[in-house]
Amino acid sequence: MMKKITNIKVDQLSVRYGKHLAVKDVTFEINKGDFVGVIGENGSGKTTLIKAILGAIDIYKGSVIFEHNTRIGYLPQNVMRADKIFPATSMEVALMGLLERKNFPKIISKKDKEKVVTLFKQLGISSLLKKRIGELSGGQQQRVMLARALVSDPDVLILDEPTSALDTVIEQTFLDTLKRLNEERHTTIVLITHDLATVGAYINKVIYMNQSLEYVGPFDDFCKTMSHSPYIHLHSKSACSHQAIEEEGRP
Amino acid sequence: MEELFTAFSYSFMIRAFVVGIAVALSASMIGSFLVLKKYSMIGHGLSHVAFATVALALTLGSAPTLFTLPVVAFAAILVLKVNEKASVHGDSMIGLIATMGIALGTVLASLNGGFNVDLYSYLFGSILTITRVDVWLSISVSIGILVLVGLFYQDLFVLVYDEEYAKISGIKTERLNVLLAILTAVTITIGIRVIGTMLISSLIIFPMVTSMQFKRSFKVTLALSGLVSIFNVVFGLSVSYLYNLPSGSTIVLFSGLVFIVVYLIVRLTSMGGVQIEER
Repeated sequence: MMKKITNIKVDQLSVRYGKHLAVKDVTFEINKGDFVGVIGENGSGKTTLIKAILGAIDIYKGSVIFEHNTRIGYLPQNVMRADKIFPATSMEVALMGLLERKNFPKIISKKDKEKVVTLFKQLGISSLLKKRIGELSGGQQQRVMLARALVSDPDVLILDEPTSALDTVIEQTFLDTLKRLNEERHTTIVLITHDLATVGAYINKVIYMNQSLEYVGPFDDFCKTMSHSPYIHLHSKSACSHQAIEEEGRP
Repeated sequence: MEELFTAFSYSFMIRAFVVGIAVALSASMIGSFLVLKKYSMIGHGLSHVAFATVALALTLGSAPTLFTLPVVAFAAILVLKVNEKASVHGDSMIGLIATMGIALGTVLASLNGGFNVDLYSYLFGSILTITRVDVWLSISVSIGILVLVGLFYQDLFVLVYDEEYAKISGIKTERLNVLLAILTAVTITIGIRVIGTMLISSLIIFPMVTSMQFKRSFKVTLALSGLVSIFNVVFGLSVSYLYNLPSGSTIVLFSGLVFIVVYLIVRLTSMGGVQIEER
């Protein structure tokens, strides 16, 4: 049996906003090659948890440990980061994804630019390369941000509700792309989502947040273990019933 | 035109042009990041603090430039930190320090026998008062700012585009914000000799908002901002010399005119919509 490599180890993590404890004593591990769905109600601490893991907000208590030299790609929930007149091209924005690995002074090489050009081609957005980021539609900006997240060949790709602005067909293609990355490059995918029904077929692990960690484990066991949870009834019923049907069909 | 060439036979005019160009470059570089961070009014607020410190320095009989720099730098960091803690909104904090600066400056001026020639020259800029020390100081500061912007270019770009992503990318955003605040204070301090405390913020804002009309990449917009700033200061100073007008006010009016002309030309010719190959 292959030894599991832990990409991210979160230990008793707590995050506070003033006096409000947004994330409370959360402990879990994410292993290399996992495809994780982070779910929970609005305000359950999903985004806060991810931002704390990424170092965007301060941790009140606990720790986050990454495997040595882990490259992280991040696609934020709100991709419209700049206003319409912000003077930056999509190329310049995508190149930001390479800065984390660069030493001071950070210089963008010709090779870096070629990498972005190739990636834009692969994502089918070559026409956006020299367009200004603020002039793109929400969907186009999201693909540029995905390019920014992928350009460093990340070991872990963290995406915060990436499909919320996409129509069903593009959503499917998007999730298929993630699955391919996960299977072919063994990229660990961490996906914050509301829509367990759509991503259920892709994920192998669920992290269910409600300020504290309600469940972490295989998706297969999630529906059984959490069957009492009102969240399942409200949001995940179809995903769970779909899973039950699949299980019944197994010989 | 001949009259303008004669101007260069006067050493005070050469000093004014050298300091003007140095200040134009520094202000446009720092201003570009402040405008994109939606912090352009910090220059306005800090220039009012500079007015108070100049009034205090003149009252105490000490050198205004050296006295002004640490106080303005402290005020810049204070605005930044209070805004980070979100206890007072950034624009409110700038309003507070600006009015406090003006009030303190006016009280000090009145205690010192009213607005004398010295203080007036710091209020609206006077090319006659520029010394050799000012020339070397502004050249050194300008080179220093250009080098720092060059070294931290990528980090500053990410910071103004998306501060959260900058943090995630491992950029020390708090330190970078402090650096930006200190460089703003330095730019304001050296700029008040030419353009005055009341109008220095225009050198921070006008070049960037003018160059943004061309709708180019970040790098090209930054370079254009520097060129626009030098153009505004050189022509503004020339006009002020030819028609015996106050240098600061003339530069600001000229900058405003350039912005309006560029804005109209870009819209009328749809120049901003054309994608030019940028390598």
